[in-house]
Amino acid sequence: MAEMKTAAYICSGCGLGDKLDVSQLAKIAQREGKMALVREHAFLCNSEGVQMIRDDIEKEEVTHVCIAACSRRAKTEAFNFPDIAMTRANLREGVIWVVSEGAEHDEVRQEMADDYVRMACAELKKAKVPAGNPNHTHLKNILVVGGGMSGMTAALEAAEAGYEVILVEKQGSLGGWAGKLYKRVPFKAPYAEPQETGVAELAARVSAHPLIAVHLNTTVAETSGAPGRYAIKLAQESGAVTEIAAGSIVQATGFTTYDIKKLPELGGGLDHVVDHAGLESLAKASNGGPIRRADGKEVKSVVFLQCAGQRDEAHLPYCSGHCCATSIKQAMYFKDANPEVSTIVVYDDLRVPGMGEDFYRSAQHKDVIFSKGKASKVESSGSGCKVTYRDLILDTDLVLDADLVVLATGQVPSSGVNVADWDRLTKEAEGGSEEARQQRNDLKRISILNLTYRQGPDLPKLKYGFADSHFICFPYETQRTGIYTAGPVRRPMDIYQATEDATGAALKAIQAAENASLGRAAHPRAGDLSYPMVRLEGCTQCKRCTVECPFGAIDEDEKRFPVFNEQRCRRCGTCMGACPVRVISFENYSVDTVGSQIKAVEIPDEFSEKPRILVLACENDAYPALDMAGLSRIVYSAFVRVIPVRCLGSVNTIWITDALNSGYDGVMMMGCRKGDEYQCHFVKGSELAGYRMSKIGDTLTQMGLEPQRVSTYEIAITDNARIAGLINDYVAELVELGPSPMKGFG
Amino acid sequence: MSDLNQKAVALYGGNFLKEVEERVEDGEWVSMCMQCGVCAGSCPLGPHWEHSPQKIFRMIMAGKREEVLTSDSVWMCTSCYTCIVRCPRKLPITHIMHGLAHYAHRLDVAPKGQPTRELAKIFWNSLIRTGRVNELKFSLGVYFKDGFSQGIKNLLGMQGVALGLMKAKRLNPMEILGGHKCKDIGGIQKMLAKAQEIEARRQI
Repeated sequence: MAEMKTAAYICSGCGLGDKLDVSQLAKIAQREGKMALVREHAFLCNSEGVQMIRDDIEKEEVTHVCIAACSRRAKTEAFNFPDIAMTRANLREGVIWVVSEGAEHDEVRQEMADDYVRMACAELKKAKVPAGNPNHTHLKNILVVGGGMSGMTAALEAAEAGYEVILVEKQGSLGGWAGKLYKRVPFKAPYAEPQETGVAELAARVSAHPLIAVHLNTTVAETSGAPGRYAIKLAQESGAVTEIAAGSIVQATGFTTYDIKKLPELGGGLDHVVDHAGLESLAKASNGGPIRRADGKEVKSVVFLQCAGQRDEAHLPYCSGHCCATSIKQAMYFKDANPEVSTIVVYDDLRVPGMGEDFYRSAQHKDVIFSKGKASKVESSGSGCKVTYRDLILDTDLVLDADLVVLATGQVPSSGVNVADWDRLTKEAEGGSEEARQQRNDLKRISILNLTYRQGPDLPKLKYGFADSHFICFPYETQRTGIYTAGPVRRPMDIYQATEDATGAALKAIQAAENASLGRAAHPRAGDLSYPMVRLEGCTQCKRCTVECPFGAIDEDEKRFPVFNEQRCRRCGTCMGACPVRVISFENYSVDTVGSQIKAVEIPDEFSEKPRILVLACENDAYPALDMAGLSRIVYSAFVRVIPVRCLGSVNTIWITDALNSGYDGVMMMGCRKGDEYQCHFVKGSELAGYRMSKIGDTLTQMGLEPQRVSTYEIAITDNARIAGLINDYVAELVELGPSPMKGFG
Repeated sequence: MSDLNQKAVALYGGNFLKEVEERVEDGEWVSMCMQCGVCAGSCPLGPHWEHSPQKIFRMIMAGKREEVLTSDSVWMCTSCYTCIVRCPRKLPITHIMHGLAHYAHRLDVAPKGQPTRELAKIFWNSLIRTGRVNELKFSLGVYFKDGFSQGIKNLLGMQGVALGLMKAKRLNPMEILGGHKCKDIGGIQKMLAKAQEIEARRQI
């Protein structure tokens, strides 16, 4: 690209011209912003306005454009100039819609607009057009780990979409748990009868598909690389190792059943007590005839105990979701073979998600008896079992005699190593503990993916051992870019949900491989071409970036320098916020692009009674909430200056000290909810920011400032009304505190 | 224990749910109850019952035959139909309650002297004799069901109402002498006989 040529375009549409002195804004852009070209337009986003910008880019060779009009989130299709650098001064949602009406507010309104123009011009001069990552590769095939229902579906969906698939299964045949079922619950109306599983047909389709290579009796011995260039070692049972390469990974490793021997009070371990899986094999053996126990006796009475070791802090604290429908289905096995068999289902809450209510009704028609109660004891009674339970409707203790008892135990995810344990053991091993080193080696044996990442060999767990990132906002996403989970390894689910899940995860994996091949970021900054660049000569090897990266994108080389795997990066900038020597930056987002905006704001002196508050707002939730406040014309203080940031995790403390040094009265940091129920798009950005800011008190005291001058907030995207209140309260608090003593020294 | 009752016990061998499904009017609905308790919460007489409909259904499924059939609760239904309107599983709860009461009555295990049961008997006997309910005889029958002295006490208690009704020509004391019949009493009795014959087919 030729030399930088800047231009500013000031729009006077949408009421901007009525409420603001647009010619003054133009003057500021020219004199203070040093824009080479400044133009005003009455309707910048119409075809004529956009054409004007295009002409300037073409004929005047403009390379950097500042648009002073509406929010960067509005009119993105009109102002779409991919080949030039662009900044936006938010005069509409950020100024005229949120500053009180009336002539008495003209002065502060104009000052706010002036500052936003100054900020946009300052940022523009620091920004570059991202050139894209030169290291991208072109692998677009997909590795699917696990050959059960989820894995087979993911493989088939990806293959049908035209992508090559490598399917790895630990067992000697495809099918997983679903393959061991006699029948499955129905997926279609009238939802009345158990259906054939269809696993054999699916497995045959997978095996016959020309784009799918199936590896049975195989595990993943090592995974290294990044989206678009994974290098994977597959270990066969025989010990042979095959090396393959893949663009992205779907982990569909499913679940194991909870061990019923851990439930001795419910008869786990007794002869005539089985779990769901045990009953499926009895049903399979009887193949539609009367179901017989292991000792050959025909079952005339059966009791199902729901939530066996589930929703129980001592065992599994969660509901596995499928067990009520599964017990209903299995009770039907008995009733369909012989209506005279007594089938009693003892439940605490009968939960049949989806269309399961119809299936439940169908079982009631067949006289399967459902009893709300809680079992306390299952004992052997010689020929069968004796179940003692509390009937919660009649409020009495009842005893049932049964030939067979079925325990509805839950799903335990097969998600490999607990990365938190791994972290702890790694630290201890580095500290010289031989025992920790040994334990770490033991842990490695149960690893599924055997990632060579600095942050551990498997996917981080969200809750209860399930490998997920955020099951509402980003399903299938994990905390490792390019690796997606599907099925019960992600959250407990049934076959139907697992097949839907697998389809979603397959599409995500395709997107990840495609994006990686174009050097672009994956969700949530999909399409972003910028990537972290590091000036290694300035690095002090403090390891904060490698430890704090929420996606494990940064490894360490032998000399302990960070190694950036750009394809694994989500572009949140958490490393940039972490770096104490500020050597990490993005071409269009750096310590400089934000720092220059902070410094561009004109700070009135302490006698003007006009405080200035810097707002660093997360672009995912807080900034849209501010825009939304504007859309609903909710008024907030005109003393704030808002800068959107990629994530609160990218906030470098230098911005805070710079702002306070140059005379700002306070800094508000607006991020997403943190903690266990986090809503941060980058998992732990807001948490890290909260942690960093909790340590800033000392710095403030050294500067002679009160700790209230920096405050953090958790904002959801729906908080448009609340956010205005927070701003106004904070401004009032600062007014009470008095002006910053740093004014005039900046 | 009546013969009929013994016969029923022998026939179903403790499978009370099946007995109810086959012998009680609308009894085939009982297994569809999902124990949500909306009926129990909706019943205006709820606090006065020993067992709510929800519990009655659960007791049937748990095989508590004697407790259900001798229960006073099934006689307490006033047919307001709120439970039927609200039941998410569309069980005809009012009808099942009446069906259970009727079945218990037929087997002669229903509670003796239960006021609703006695009232129903007097009503029915009055009805089949003349084809219409004789209000005076029906009222007297109810007042005197617990003996003569209690009957006099009831009469004295109600005399103000009775005098008011006579004054308004709503009560004719001459009805005590037999009262008027409907036009075709023979036809009505034939109709009733046929209905009983049909019902007997589903009874034990």
